[in-house]
Amino acid sequence: MSLWIALAYLLAAVLFILGLKQLSGPRGARRGNQTAAVGMVIAVLATVPLLHFTVAGIVVTLLGLAIGAPVGAISARRVHMTAMPQMVAAFNGVGGGAAALVSISELLHQGLHPAFQIAFPSIFSMVVGGISFAGSAIAFAKLQGLITGTPITYAGQQIVNALIAIAIVGLAITNLAVASQPIFFVTLLLLALVLGVAFVLPIGGADMPVVISLLNAFTGLSVAATGFVLNNFALIVAGTLVGASGTLLTTLMSQAMGRSLANVLFGAFGQVKAGAGGAAATAEGKTVRAGSPEDVGTMLAYARKVIVVPGYGLAVAQGQHALKELADELEKRGVEVEYAIHPVAGRMPGHMNVLLAEANVPYEQLKEMDEINGEFPSTDVALVVGANDVVNPAARNTQGSPIYGMPILNVDQAKNIVFMKRSMRPGFAGIDNELLYDPKTIMLFGDAKDSLTKLVAAVKAA
Amino acid sequence: MNSELLTEFTYFVLAIFVGIEVISKVPTILHTPLMSGTNAIHGIIVIGAILIAANATSPLEIIVGFAAVLLATLNVVGGFVVTDRMLEMFKGRQAPAKQEKK
Repeated sequence: MSLWIALAYLLAAVLFILGLKQLSGPRGARRGNQTAAVGMVIAVLATVPLLHFTVAGIVVTLLGLAIGAPVGAISARRVHMTAMPQMVAAFNGVGGGAAALVSISELLHQGLHPAFQIAFPSIFSMVVGGISFAGSAIAFAKLQGLITGTPITYAGQQIVNALIAIAIVGLAITNLAVASQPIFFVTLLLLALVLGVAFVLPIGGADMPVVISLLNAFTGLSVAATGFVLNNFALIVAGTLVGASGTLLTTLMSQAMGRSLANVLFGAFGQVKAGAGGAAATAEGKTVRAGSPEDVGTMLAYARKVIVVPGYGLAVAQGQHALKELADELEKRGVEVEYAIHPVAGRMPGHMNVLLAEANVPYEQLKEMDEINGEFPSTDVALVVGANDVVNPAARNTQGSPIYGMPILNVDQAKNIVFMKRSMRPGFAGIDNELLYDPKTIMLFGDAKDSLTKLVAAVKAA
Repeated sequence: MNSELLTEFTYFVLAIFVGIEVISKVPTILHTPLMSGTNAIHGIIVIGAILIAANATSPLEIIVGFAAVLLATLNVVGGFVVTDRMLEMFKGRQAPAKQEKK
């Protein structure tokens, strides 16, 4: 590798690191992404002198770029804000798939007895990339509603998954120790795909962000491994950066949900839920108080302080602009309005901030959980828009509940609570919320955007 | 272990530490954009894809190479664009007035 290529790769690596650093703060975040993109362009251009084109090679390369770039850019531009998580899953999956294909191609090249230092990272990259590809596809399907978001489980599932994993390890060792043959490594790739599917199926839709983040780290490691195969500095460093930061991010995300990563991944959720079935059943026979938009509008208009708790329901209904309008109307009347953002509100951490920012809600009104939890007792109305599990007191009070121990917003301490929901159906965790039956609670049924629009009219009239 | 492999292994280990260190203080609100941003960065696999596609000769190599370039390009272009779209929502806010409590 020539000096200039090496220096260009180094520059790209520096830009990736600076980009990640800037991405970690709200002010520089957008610039950080652009910094990393510049690094990417430099890295790709620096690779050109390394290429030995065949005629077919140059055609397929240009064709792949010419189709991939506009399709990627346009789908990323067009996707709805609410569909961001599955979009990230899709882009992550194709990256893992690409890494697996690169490794397969190298294995096909290398013949029966490749050097261990090539064969091992090739196999690793192919298996991990394959798991990431298939797992991301399932995550995408769950979030997109193509398959059910509830965990898909069957007896002995963990054992089956473990057996697949053992088969993969065994076959990988055979391929390394005995002979590297297509029959072995193609089977390995197929097993990796099966494991990717089997691994994500039993995980509930609410946990998909954590899974996507983990698979993102997987793809990073897979890419780093292809760097070892191709002796390419840029692939090793960029892939490892993503592998490491992605792993940390995954841990931070599961912490934000008050659970360990192992608990998220290994289906404990389903088991606990079955055990807590008795607790959910107690909800039957309780009564709820349903209100009209006029009732709620009046209550809001004459409150001193309102805290809005947005959730996924708001995102689905695309109600963020109507919510902002309601907040403006209330503020005009001198009501203090703040937004309480649970770390996992929406489908991904940070999802809700993005949505509200889109509706021009001032950044300063968005309060993180720790910051705002002390303010609920002095709040007249807590307006819960399409959120459920993140305000469920069962997380504090009911041992054995699947969400026990998860940090929640202390909405139950507010003087009045308004729940805007489409129905009495439980939230993503699939458990009942006792707060819905609280005497302080008024239910406002209907589509969030619809109800918010009616509330704006009601507040204006009040 | 030859010296090239040793050098590569050194990059690998150091990059692990940098990767963890550089994002250790990220606020919750940026988790999603950060995930999306790192997702775009592993789109660097496009380099690997081009390297193998460029000198493809057999039909199998050509097909695999094409698929790899296509998927990797989707990853890298889509990844950066979708991250930019998330982050453009944060612009124009009165950022200096925001409270940085953590």
